[in-house]
Amino acid sequence: MRLIIPLAITFVSGMIMVLHFFVPHWPINIMGDNLQEWFMIVTAAAIFLGALNLMHVHFRKIKLKLKNWKYSPVTIIGFMAMFVAGLIYGVTSARPFDFMFMNMVAPMGSTMFSLLAFFVASAAFRAFRASNWRATLLLTSAFIVMLGQVPIGAMIWDKIPLAKVWLMTFPNTAGQRAVMIGAAMGVVSTSLRMIFGIERSYLGGTE
Amino acid sequence: MASIIEKLGNTDRRIIFILIALSVIIPVTTHLIFPNPVGAEPSRDMYEYVDALPEGCDVLMSFDYGPSTMPELHPMAIAITTHLMRKDINVVCMALWPEGASLAQEVMSNVADSLGKEQYEDGCNLGYKTGGAIMIVRLGSSMNAVFPTDRDNLPWDEIPMLEQISDLASFDLVITLSAGDPGVPAWVMMAGDRFGVPVGGGCTAVSAPQFYTYLQTGQMVGLLGGLKGAADYETLVGIQEGPAVEGMAPQSVAHLVIMLFIIIGNVAYFSEKKKKGGRE
Repeated sequence: MRLIIPLAITFVSGMIMVLHFFVPHWPINIMGDNLQEWFMIVTAAAIFLGALNLMHVHFRKIKLKLKNWKYSPVTIIGFMAMFVAGLIYGVTSARPFDFMFMNMVAPMGSTMFSLLAFFVASAAFRAFRASNWRATLLLTSAFIVMLGQVPIGAMIWDKIPLAKVWLMTFPNTAGQRAVMIGAAMGVVSTSLRMIFGIERSYLGGTE
Repeated sequence: MASIIEKLGNTDRRIIFILIALSVIIPVTTHLIFPNPVGAEPSRDMYEYVDALPEGCDVLMSFDYGPSTMPELHPMAIAITTHLMRKDINVVCMALWPEGASLAQEVMSNVADSLGKEQYEDGCNLGYKTGGAIMIVRLGSSMNAVFPTDRDNLPWDEIPMLEQISDLASFDLVITLSAGDPGVPAWVMMAGDRFGVPVGGGCTAVSAPQFYTYLQTGQMVGLLGGLKGAADYETLVGIQEGPAVEGMAPQSVAHLVIMLFIIIGNVAYFSEKKKKGGRE
C-alpha cells in the first residue's frame, strides 16, 4: 500500500493535468483548477518547512560546534529579525521589514553577486586558452559579444554590435534550440515515466 | 622577454582582483559616461512594441528577480514602468520570486510619485504567490482566485483599475523581468503559448542567449539583455544618465580589462608551449 497509494495519486493527478490542457470543460476544468491551487498551497508549505529546516541546521551547527559554526548565529539573528519585523509590522512599504529589505538585504545580495566578476576575470585568465580551433572560435565569439555588449565596442568599430547581434541570432539560437528541444523531450519522457509509475526515484529508496 | 611573459602568465589573482575593482571604481567615481547607440537589437523591438500600445490598456509586470540581480534588472524595471506610465497605461505588478514583491513596490512608488500617478488608479502591486508556472496557468482562468487581495491586503473588488481584469487574457502585454526559474520560459510557455498573451521581458546578460530562440519564433515581442538592454531602454525612453547608462562605462572598462587578461594568458600559454616544443 505504501507504494501503490503514492503511485495512484501521481497517476490520477498527472492524467487530470494532461486532460486539463486538452479539455477545458466540466468536470476536468474544475479538477485541474483545484489541483493547481493545491500545488500552490503545497509549495507555500514547503517554504515554511524550508525555514524550519534552516533553523534546525544552524542550531545543530552551533550546538555541535561544527565547521564555520560562528556564522550560524548571524543567519539565525538575521532570519529572526526579518521574521519578527514582518510578523508584527507587516511587509508593506515604509515598515521595518521593508526598510531592512531595501537597506540591508538588497545591498548585501547585490554585493555577493558582483563578486562573480572577480572570479570570472581570474578564471578566464587561467582557463580561456586558444588551444585548438574550436576553442579559438569560442574565444573569438566571446570577444565579439563582450565588445558588442558595451558601448566601447561601437566606439572601436561600428560593425561590432552588428556582429554580436548576428552571433546571438543565428549560431547561438541554433545551439540553444537544440538544447531546448532535447531538454523538453527529456521532460516529457520523464513526466510520462512518472505518471505511469515506471520512474519511482521520487518516492525515495532505490526501487 | 620570455621571463616577462612567464611572469605575466603567473600573475597573482589578487592583482587581477585589484585591477577589476579599479576598472569599476575609477569610471564610477569620475562619472565617466559613454554614448550608448541603440542598434537593431531586441531592446529596440521591446521599446517599439510598448510604444505602440494604446493609452489606457493594461500591462502585467512580473518581478521575477531578487536583490542579487538588482543592478541589472532594476534599471530595466524603472525604465519600462516610466515608459508605461508616461503613456497612461495601467500597470499591474506581481512577483514569482518572494523578494520581487518588495522590489516592485519600490519601483512603483518611485516612478508613480515622480510622474504624479495614483496607486490603484494607474498602478497596483498584487505581491508574491508561490507556484511558478502552475500559478501562471491558474491566472489564465482567474486572476482573482490567485490574488484575492493586493500586497497591502486591499480586496481585489475594491481596486478600481482591476474592474475590467478577470484573467491573463485581459492584459495587452505581459512583461517579465527574470533572473532565473521561474521566469521568462514559464511566462512564454503558459501566458504566451497557452493563453495567447504577448510576452516581452528582460533578463540578466548571462541568461539572454537562451531566450533568443523565443525572439526568432515571435514568442517574445522583445528582450532586454543585461545592463546593456536596460541602458538601451533608458536611452530610447529618454531617461538622462539613468543608472544603466551610467553603468555602461565601468562595464566597458571591465570588459576590456578581462579581455586584456585573456590575451596575456594566451600569450603566456603559447610562449610556454613553444618553449616546451623547443626542448623536445
